[in-house]
Amino acid sequence: MSLLQVSGLGISFGGVKAVEDVSFAVAPGEIVSVIGPNGAGKTTLFNMISGIYLPGRGSVSLDGTDVTGVPPHRLAEMGLSRTFQNLQIFQEMTVLDNVLAGYHLSERGSVWADLLSLPGMRRRAARARAGAHQLLKRVRLDDKADQIAGNLSYGALKRLEIARALALEPRILLLDEPAAGCNAVETEEIDHLIAELSASGIAILLVEHDMKLVMRISNHIVVLDHGEKIAEGEPSTVSRDPAVIAAYLGTQEEEQADADG
Amino acid sequence: MDALLQFLFSGLTVGAVYALVALGFTIIYNASDVVNFAQGEFVMLGGMITVFAFDAGVPLPLAAVVAILVTAAIGVALNKLAIEPARGAPVVSLIIITIGASILIRGATQLVFDKQLHRFPAFSGDDPIRVLGATILPQSLWVIGGALAVFVGLWVFFTRTLTGKAVLATANNRIAAQLVGINTGWIMTLSFGLSAAIGAFAGVLVTPITLVSYDVGVALALKGFAAAMLGGMGNPKGALVGGLLLGCLEAMTAGYVSSQYKEAVAFIVILAVLFVMPRGLFGAKTTERV
Amino acid sequence: MMAGRGKWISLAVLALLIGLLPLVFPSGYYFRVGALIFVNALSVIGLVILIGYAGQISLGHAGFAGIGAYACALAPEHLGLHPLLSLVLGAGISAAMAALIGKPILRLKGYYLAVATLGFGILVSMILTNERALTGGPDGMNVADPGLRSLLRDMGWRLSGGEFWYGISGLVLLVGAWLALNLFDSPSGRAMRALHGSEVAAATVGVDVARQKLRAFVISAVYASVAGSLLALQNGYITPDVAGFLHSVEMVTMAVLGGVGSVLGATLGAAILTLLPQVLTVFAEYEQLVLGLVMVLVMIFLPQGLLPSIARRLKGRDA
Repeated sequence: MSLLQVSGLGISFGGVKAVEDVSFAVAPGEIVSVIGPNGAGKTTLFNMISGIYLPGRGSVSLDGTDVTGVPPHRLAEMGLSRTFQNLQIFQEMTVLDNVLAGYHLSERGSVWADLLSLPGMRRRAARARAGAHQLLKRVRLDDKADQIAGNLSYGALKRLEIARALALEPRILLLDEPAAGCNAVETEEIDHLIAELSASGIAILLVEHDMKLVMRISNHIVVLDHGEKIAEGEPSTVSRDPAVIAAYLGTQEEEQADADG
Repeated sequence: MDALLQFLFSGLTVGAVYALVALGFTIIYNASDVVNFAQGEFVMLGGMITVFAFDAGVPLPLAAVVAILVTAAIGVALNKLAIEPARGAPVVSLIIITIGASILIRGATQLVFDKQLHRFPAFSGDDPIRVLGATILPQSLWVIGGALAVFVGLWVFFTRTLTGKAVLATANNRIAAQLVGINTGWIMTLSFGLSAAIGAFAGVLVTPITLVSYDVGVALALKGFAAAMLGGMGNPKGALVGGLLLGCLEAMTAGYVSSQYKEAVAFIVILAVLFVMPRGLFGAKTTERV
Repeated sequence: MMAGRGKWISLAVLALLIGLLPLVFPSGYYFRVGALIFVNALSVIGLVILIGYAGQISLGHAGFAGIGAYACALAPEHLGLHPLLSLVLGAGISAAMAALIGKPILRLKGYYLAVATLGFGILVSMILTNERALTGGPDGMNVADPGLRSLLRDMGWRLSGGEFWYGISGLVLLVGAWLALNLFDSPSGRAMRALHGSEVAAATVGVDVARQKLRAFVISAVYASVAGSLLALQNGYITPDVAGFLHSVEMVTMAVLGGVGSVLGATLGAAILTLLPQVLTVFAEYEQLVLGLVMVLVMIFLPQGLLPSIARRLKGRDA
């Protein structure tokens, strides 16, 4: 039984179809990667699944419930969590507070308790704090807990975002290019972290440009090009698919040119 | 029917002023993404400086020119001294800066001049002209005609001259404009000078009808903003239509509902536009990316 | 633990200032000024919650101060309520009003939110000015004495009006500061600060962004309302200026001057801008000029506000 089911999802911006008729499913503990050239619509797809964009067509269901158009904070309550390609860190808050914000759903209570600093609130906050320190240790940021997040390096912020997303104890985690801008060692760590998470039963939906990483850890790959799904299957099948190779060769030359220029 | 026409005339007159203030907002907003809350002070300055130059014996046309030039210089100074140093600051900071500038200008005007209400003679006398049972002041025709002339002049400037096209290009995409060699800093200076001059011109036109004092700016800024929003922020055509429409709505409210609460019309329009059609009548569509 | 300690330090500093300042007051007049500073600081702390925590601007909070002030002026006369209950009633009305208008308005951002809140404030002051029969119009109206001072006198505690209101306002300010500091390091406060940083990210961790914005708006409205009530009670007189545009702008300026994220900074900002006209009494006409100048200069040279900038300077020296 799949946890996340995406059916015929599509959206247009100003008459241009950004994503069209994309369907796939993710089961608990499974790692599904969405790959494709730049501008293929991967992040747009993520934004629709996580409730940031309202899909124009199609549906998303979570554990059998239709959640199309459900706002992000409600999806968070239902166990869907994500990270962002262009980091969305709470820059002015401390590293610890960033992760604590991830515990919002478990630590929140009445606003009176917050204003009066009642024992119940303090208890909930202390529990969240303990959990947050654990998570920071897990992503090796425990020594930076009291620093302002905006002062961290890019790689550290990537890990901080993952820690924050994990604070929700999600059933499904959407990771948008978690290894982008990371060095080989950091990429290796993220690789391990993802594997661990999926082993613990969390479903992972991944967008990533590092093909070695994708091929190594994915159970299933969905390939997008120009907003449409052009292939899907196990890593070995997808990597041999002529349509995929064509889409990638076409863009790799362009990217090469970009890099040179 | 006569009453309706009468309200329409007075609505178009104040509406033309709102349109000019809205145009000032639009020009600066397009060049810099800044909403300049000091825009109303330019109108006030135009009126006040003319009054005092005229009282000092300067002929009215010359006094008006002096007022427009001085106000334009103040607009440029505002950009150089307060907006440019805060480039890239969050919106909240920019709001506070331009409101601060507006209060500063107000305070300075009150010191340099005074706190009294002033006027100078209308350009073509005060004998009302009868039109279909209603009357209109010759000065109203000056206001409406002057506003239309500014809009036409600006349209020619933007579409026919190289500098005008550079302003439009900057509004469209600042970085691309810089890449093709447009000096966007100069465009900003020009925009502040231009919109200050337009505001002052509106002040010169309308002072014989509405009178002027140091504190008329805030209300004008708000109504100009309401007009700009009604028309669609950043669109000169919208500024014109929005301004005239707001002026007429206000005049009708004053005539048929309550003159005390006509001031509320602008805010009701702002709120209505925000919730019903946030992009205004002629606004551009934008999408947010994450 | 850091934040927890910071809270008690801030409160201790504030309490010491309130308690010890009277020792250096050269005359009874300064109790009046002190009380005014505390009242202003209270409404500015409300703005710290709204602007500093939640990142939402309001240029109309004087409207809530007006509601609070006129509740204390009108309710005793027309409803026969005790002035202190009128304060509570005013706070309730302000909260309800904030909830009502906040719901649609807070969907707006930046300039639009600024103008919408500005419009609200001006509407309130317009009503207070126009409804002469009820409010006395632009000339304002008298506010009944709550009778607390005579109660204290009967108990053998003789205080001047200035001393009495200094004490009351100081106490309310301390409570207001305590609540705001509690909120900062609480789940709601974190959610507000999170949505300030990134609304999208806040939503994806489960924060109901609209609800938290509304919370901040309502809480800050209550602060402004209570401050307005205290102002009316201690002056015994009120005019629509309390709800005016300039008062809204002054409140925001006090907040950004001191440092919009910090409760102590808010108090500092309120103190400076309240004292300024007192110092400049000879140059009363310069008040607007100076206020405008302060706003522009602070935003350009000290965008973080005085207190955080000073703190940063000091830290830099240590290192």
